[in-house]
Amino acid sequence: MAINFGKYDTGQAPTDQEKSLSCFHCGEPCPDNTIAIGDKSFCCHGCKTVFEILNVNEMCDYYSIEDTPGITPKQDLISDRFEYLDDETVKPQVIDFSDGKIEKVTFHTPTMHCASCIWLLEKLHDMDPRIFSSIVNFPRKQVNITYNREEMKLSETAALLSTLGYEPLVSLDTVGKREQSSAEKKLYLKIGLAGFAFGNVMILSFPEYLSRFGSVDPTFKLVFGYLSLVLSIPVLLFAAKDYYQSAWAGIKSRTVNIDVPITLGIGMLFFRSAWEVLTQTGVGYLDSFTGLVFFLLVGRLFQQKTYEVLSFERDYKSFFPLSVTRKINNVEAVVPVSKLKPGDRIVVRNQELIPADSVLLKTEAYIDYSFVSGESTPVTKIAGDFIYAGGRQAGTTIELEVIKEPSQSYLTQLWNNDVFSKPRFSRLNVLVNQVSHYFTFGVLAIAIIASLYWLQFDTATGIKVFTAVLIVACPCALALSSPFALGTAMRIFGRKGFYVKNTDAVEALSKIDTIVMDKTGTLTESRQETIEFSGEMLTHEDQEIIKSLVQHSTHPLSQKIFQALDFQAVYAVDNFEEISGCGIQGMVEGHSIKLGSAKWLGIQEDANDAEDMKTRVLLSMDDKVLGSFLIANVFRKGLRPLLSDLKKQFDMYLLSGDTEREKATLVNLFGNEENLLFRQTPENKLDFVTKIQGEGAHVLMIGDGLNDAGALRASEVGIAITDDVSAFSPASDGILTGKNLHLLGSFIKMSKATTSVIVASFVISIIYNVVGVSFAVAGKLSPLVSAILMPASSISVVVFTTFTTSLRARMMKLT
Amino acid sequence: MYVMFILMAFSLSVSLIFLGAYIWSVRSGQFDDKYTPSVRMLFEDKKISKKTEPGLDSGEKNEENK
Repeated sequence: MAINFGKYDTGQAPTDQEKSLSCFHCGEPCPDNTIAIGDKSFCCHGCKTVFEILNVNEMCDYYSIEDTPGITPKQDLISDRFEYLDDETVKPQVIDFSDGKIEKVTFHTPTMHCASCIWLLEKLHDMDPRIFSSIVNFPRKQVNITYNREEMKLSETAALLSTLGYEPLVSLDTVGKREQSSAEKKLYLKIGLAGFAFGNVMILSFPEYLSRFGSVDPTFKLVFGYLSLVLSIPVLLFAAKDYYQSAWAGIKSRTVNIDVPITLGIGMLFFRSAWEVLTQTGVGYLDSFTGLVFFLLVGRLFQQKTYEVLSFERDYKSFFPLSVTRKINNVEAVVPVSKLKPGDRIVVRNQELIPADSVLLKTEAYIDYSFVSGESTPVTKIAGDFIYAGGRQAGTTIELEVIKEPSQSYLTQLWNNDVFSKPRFSRLNVLVNQVSHYFTFGVLAIAIIASLYWLQFDTATGIKVFTAVLIVACPCALALSSPFALGTAMRIFGRKGFYVKNTDAVEALSKIDTIVMDKTGTLTESRQETIEFSGEMLTHEDQEIIKSLVQHSTHPLSQKIFQALDFQAVYAVDNFEEISGCGIQGMVEGHSIKLGSAKWLGIQEDANDAEDMKTRVLLSMDDKVLGSFLIANVFRKGLRPLLSDLKKQFDMYLLSGDTEREKATLVNLFGNEENLLFRQTPENKLDFVTKIQGEGAHVLMIGDGLNDAGALRASEVGIAITDDVSAFSPASDGILTGKNLHLLGSFIKMSKATTSVIVASFVISIIYNVVGVSFAVAGKLSPLVSAILMPASSISVVVFTTFTTSLRARMMKLT
Repeated sequence: MYVMFILMAFSLSVSLIFLGAYIWSVRSGQFDDKYTPSVRMLFEDKKISKKTEPGLDSGEKNEENK
């Protein structure tokens, strides 16, 4: 079941008839009504068990909040699979807090999706008295559980969640790094403080502004001045701290970023105001000062739109399991993956990951490499075959011998490449910093020239003019235009299923000129395949017979055929046999049925299959070949118009780990045969991107699997395609839902439009500055002029950028 | 006119109380999750009769969470 990002999408409401056959717990269709309690039918025993647990605990309210909220719990997983969590080396990394009787842990449970989930997960204490409380953070899909340490093990809490269908996801990655939220908390505090100071200082400044219409008692003036100064000190010391740090870091690396003129402006504002207040020569510009910091911080918050449930930093660690079952002298024990050594024997069960490069010992494996390559059709391996880490076993339990340590495997070695240690983004290229370079020196020059001019007449005016120029030229509007324009674009993208990591990525996207794409899972749908039968028409009975046969096989192809057939599996199968690498056979209703490869059935393979991305399973009944099931990958919706549009504007490349079997189709799509590269290893992809970058290309990489991770990282912009945003996707600058891939061209266009909006708003803010500087140069910058000009320029620029960006998006039909 | 100073002292102290409340709310994690509480407040507490003292609502849980 696909979990949607954010709110639960019920899709189409089931009709009444469908409803009667859908599972009371999870809403999936039930094959029959054999699994039922009273009038409630269930699709599987897992769902029924969850219902029973809830029923016993009088918690059936779960079903009244949302219709069929449940998740089918994963079945046939071993019950002690969480035991490694109690391991002395693992547990301290997982739990948040432990003291005396209580222990707290936060689990990530990607399957939570609706209000019922929140309700149930927060009622765990009614279900198990050893749990004191549980709190859900829905946007992060986390549940924080406080339990009795003396009576309950960590593994038991995980198992409880799992039995309810909320399988906790514990990986090497979630362990270790915690609490990135403290930076956001600090920003909230800073905004609160600056806003508080701004409001109060503004009120305290009013009497001064109104003094033109009547006199103000000098005592008030004095008190108001001092009060404003006191209120502004925390703003200077705490709220605006980041700007000084960033400016200093810029100067140290010999660049003038936008924070340098901001820091200059802030510093001048405060110190000149302080001097005026202390010497009682004026009231200063403290309201402009606090307002400026407040607006800048609000801009920062707007820019920091984060998609909490998504992670843009995942590497293999977030995907590899924490533990594995190791077998020593026929005794199985769950050990942390990091303890694996070459030569160890490990046991991998259905749906578990192979954590290290190893050799298969027993007996036959179907390895699904979809996380690595995007290829969803599993590969069959037999005893003695080498299996790369990262594959997922589909089918029976297998035994392997570890050849390499998990960190040294074929796949994980990719992360030893330099690109992963270098900082990702150089903010140097960001438009606003390029402008600020000229801006700062221009303003400094004007300030010096103007003050030199005034110094001929009067020293005091000279200094006043110098500070006034720096104050009024403080690029508040300039600094706000990018965050608001890019932040707006980012939100628009988010509504269209394109989640961007930060605003820098939006800007970088506008500069790309080359697009590199992965094939499997990126251009093709990773989960959807078409299955059709070609050959003689199958009767109703035939289909039931076939379904009965494939039911007994765990081979992924068998399961796909099983799902594709509409009828019920009603017949008993005799002499069922599964022959590795060939197919399955059995006697059903007196017919001898064989399903398998062409070679096994003694038929010439069809050469066309390879070209059409098709996998063929032949069917023979009573030694007569009736036809074959064709299982084909499908290209994503709207791919052809997208590619023909993109190839006009960009250099397009395709990097596929696959063989050339689909070359003809792809040449048709991409046009240029030389730009299609096949049999690419993860390192090849990475090297290719660095190579064309060396030739001056600005690369957008689009991929989906761990094998693209290097290329995604090396490129200017790396976008990961995924069908389920809460599922795994490799580290990237943006995550794009597969069904919206056809909008890619619009996204790039939108990012270009956004940069032009930024440039336009630069022009506006420079005009404001020219007006302000002309006041300042003439020595006439009164606090009132400053108090009007600065917020007015900031707000108008914010309104302009937000409005025009949204307007451009509407014109591109992106809203 | 000097009564203004008393008024100012009042208004400032009131706004300082609000600032303090805001800082407390940020620190205690009320801004960490801006969605779940909106759903949580709509749940009914039916099981008051059974065992728990009626206190264990989300507010108190939040405190524990600190």
